[in-house]
Amino acid sequence: MSALGPALGQVLLLAALLALTVPVLGRRLALMYLSPRHLRVESAAYRLLRLDPDADQHWRTYALSVLGFSMVGVLGLYALGRLQQHLPLSLGFPALPADGAWNTAVSFVTNTNWQWYSGEAALGHTMQMAGLTVQNFVSAGVGMAVAAALARGLARSGRDGRVGNFWTDLVRGVVRVLLPIALLSALLLVALGAVQNLAEPHAVTTLSGATQEITGGPVASQEAIKQLGTNGGGFYNVNSAHPFENPSPASNLLETYLMLLVPFAMAWAFGHLVRDRRQGGAVVAVMALLLTTSVALLTWAEMAGPGSAPELAGGALEGKEVRFGTAGSALWAAVTTGTSTGAVNAMHDSLTAPGGGIALFNMMLGEISPGGVGSGLYGMLMLAVVTVFLSGLMVGRTPEYVGKRIGQREIVLVAGYVLTTPVLVLVGSAVALTAPAGLAGLQEGGPHGLTEAVYAVTSASNNNGSAFGGLTSGTPFWNTLLGLCMLLGRFVPMVLVLALAGRFAEQHPRPPGAGTLPTHRPLFVTLLAGVALVLVGLTYVPVLVLGPIVESLS
Amino acid sequence: MKTLLAFSRQSLAGLRVLLAATLLLGVAYPLLVTGVAQVAFPWRADGSLVTVEGERTTDPDEAAGSALVGQLVDDDRLFRPRPSAAGEGYDMLATYGSNLGPESPELLDLIAARQAEVAAREGVDVADVPPDAVTASASGLDPDISPRYAALQVPRVAAASGLPEAAVRELVAEHTAGRTLGVLGEPRVDVLGLNLAVVDAAGLETTGGDR
Repeated sequence: MSALGPALGQVLLLAALLALTVPVLGRRLALMYLSPRHLRVESAAYRLLRLDPDADQHWRTYALSVLGFSMVGVLGLYALGRLQQHLPLSLGFPALPADGAWNTAVSFVTNTNWQWYSGEAALGHTMQMAGLTVQNFVSAGVGMAVAAALARGLARSGRDGRVGNFWTDLVRGVVRVLLPIALLSALLLVALGAVQNLAEPHAVTTLSGATQEITGGPVASQEAIKQLGTNGGGFYNVNSAHPFENPSPASNLLETYLMLLVPFAMAWAFGHLVRDRRQGGAVVAVMALLLTTSVALLTWAEMAGPGSAPELAGGALEGKEVRFGTAGSALWAAVTTGTSTGAVNAMHDSLTAPGGGIALFNMMLGEISPGGVGSGLYGMLMLAVVTVFLSGLMVGRTPEYVGKRIGQREIVLVAGYVLTTPVLVLVGSAVALTAPAGLAGLQEGGPHGLTEAVYAVTSASNNNGSAFGGLTSGTPFWNTLLGLCMLLGRFVPMVLVLALAGRFAEQHPRPPGAGTLPTHRPLFVTLLAGVALVLVGLTYVPVLVLGPIVESLS
Repeated sequence: MKTLLAFSRQSLAGLRVLLAATLLLGVAYPLLVTGVAQVAFPWRADGSLVTVEGERTTDPDEAAGSALVGQLVDDDRLFRPRPSAAGEGYDMLATYGSNLGPESPELLDLIAARQAEVAAREGVDVADVPPDAVTASASGLDPDISPRYAALQVPRVAAASGLPEAAVRELVAEHTAGRTLGVLGEPRVDVLGLNLAVVDAAGLETTGGDR
């Protein structure tokens, strides 16, 4: 049971860490995405890989690069999974089944990291390192690149639809930002107790004379990038609740911080990229507002502990670790669903009904509070366009955002973006809840069972990856359905974002006029947060009522 | 057709980048971290193993467990950990939280049964049983219990191990950690560390660490 003072204190400590570092990293990110200069090692790599790092790609080429690279990533990871028994350090594990390998390949390439398997019982060290750790880095780099391309499109003028170079953006994001921070964080995590070895499980005799198999693995190196890249796929089944992934309250704070660092820094970088830092500040403010609200509500829910089981036990500790407590678990749950991470340090299926509902709602927002490393920024910018468009309708002016006109073609692209995930979530949930193979996976009946299914489809479609873990999802039905949701939920929006970036890059900026809505003031921040909430509300209220809300009231 | 050609060209470039990324991020990076970790923090990197004497070790053959991981205890002379949903309990090859929801009838039955069991074992009222004693942790490996649950067990451990209650209470205090920096996490008692101390103080015979 947590006390209110420390619950507040941990949030303030986290906020202070972010306030100190986000502007520094944000500025660096912006300079990095604008700089024409390459590091010597990068130039050598480009030559070796026969890439032209200075080619300014049309948005279509940029999108084809994203899709081509991701397709190769899916195929490569699928092959590793299917050939696991032949890999070194595979600990004797067999090949993944076809549906499972497909699901995992898509899952890690789309930055979702949904896990149908149990890490310690299905994956060898080579699959974890050469397969999953690699995609943890590059899928994050891809997300950041697409966000940078959109910001560049907004900042440019008369560029014939050219939005930058995907390969340069990818390589820089990974080599200059993700890799150094991950390296440092991994070593910090080991210093705090996370394991890092290449050992097989080995037996020890416990105090009671029983045998316990102590597992090993390259855990810290994966944990660091899994949090930093808002990926979320745990080395072990229980993810960051495992003492070897997240040994102490201090490591818990570090891992929570890592989830938030890059998403906020990308939003800050946006201001630098469009040469108006107030715009970045406004985006950061909306993200922080939504995140703070959900942290407060989730913390309240878990500390108050409503519901039959928490009331009988005297506290909501089912599925939580003593070292994190209710407050440390609630903060993490809000952060992991608000970013598109999906790592867990408590079992979301056992959260209180309002707590689980808020986690679900965070994902339904479309991962913008503050969202994934790149998807958070571009998701929020899409909603910013919707907001200026709606405001424009009200006053009868042509809407514009940071100097770019929002015409018919632009708003059609944005509408497509805003509708994609809700369609996936609602259609996917409907399929899961009508197919016998879908219902077969549910652990519980009634509203909680409904939430288990909807949570899974929402998590996959929004590329989050957390789960109501009672759901048995390692079946051909669920693996296939969720794989499709992850794939479409990642790449359809990305292509629309890049198309919009191209449109913006073509336009010449127009100076703000009397009818221009300033997009850096508190009024706009409030409007944008409101638009995000209303859009989710209109789309998902029925299913939220039937799931977590009914359960809360029962 | 033109698009298809461009897509193939980009995919081939992607394949080259993926291979390079695999070498850098999938081989060099984890091996570098492993190398540095094994030199700088060998005990932690290998799982924070402890012997039955409470000494740090990196040799699993002489270890009685990991300082970070709880273990099943069915010995009245020792402190009990939380309920665990990992395999048959504290199974590191099958880590799991129950994932039972707040209204689950199964969970309600489990909690009631555990309350009755703990109350009978410790000779207290059901209302005095703390929540961590009747709920399964997230990992199934939770190494800690609340100070309340530890205090509840002191009289039984003292009686069964032959130690004075005050001495056991002192051991509990030694193995209790407060919140980190005053705000992070919860006050907690490290069960394995405490049990090793009880074994040592009471001179108990155990087979722990024998392989």
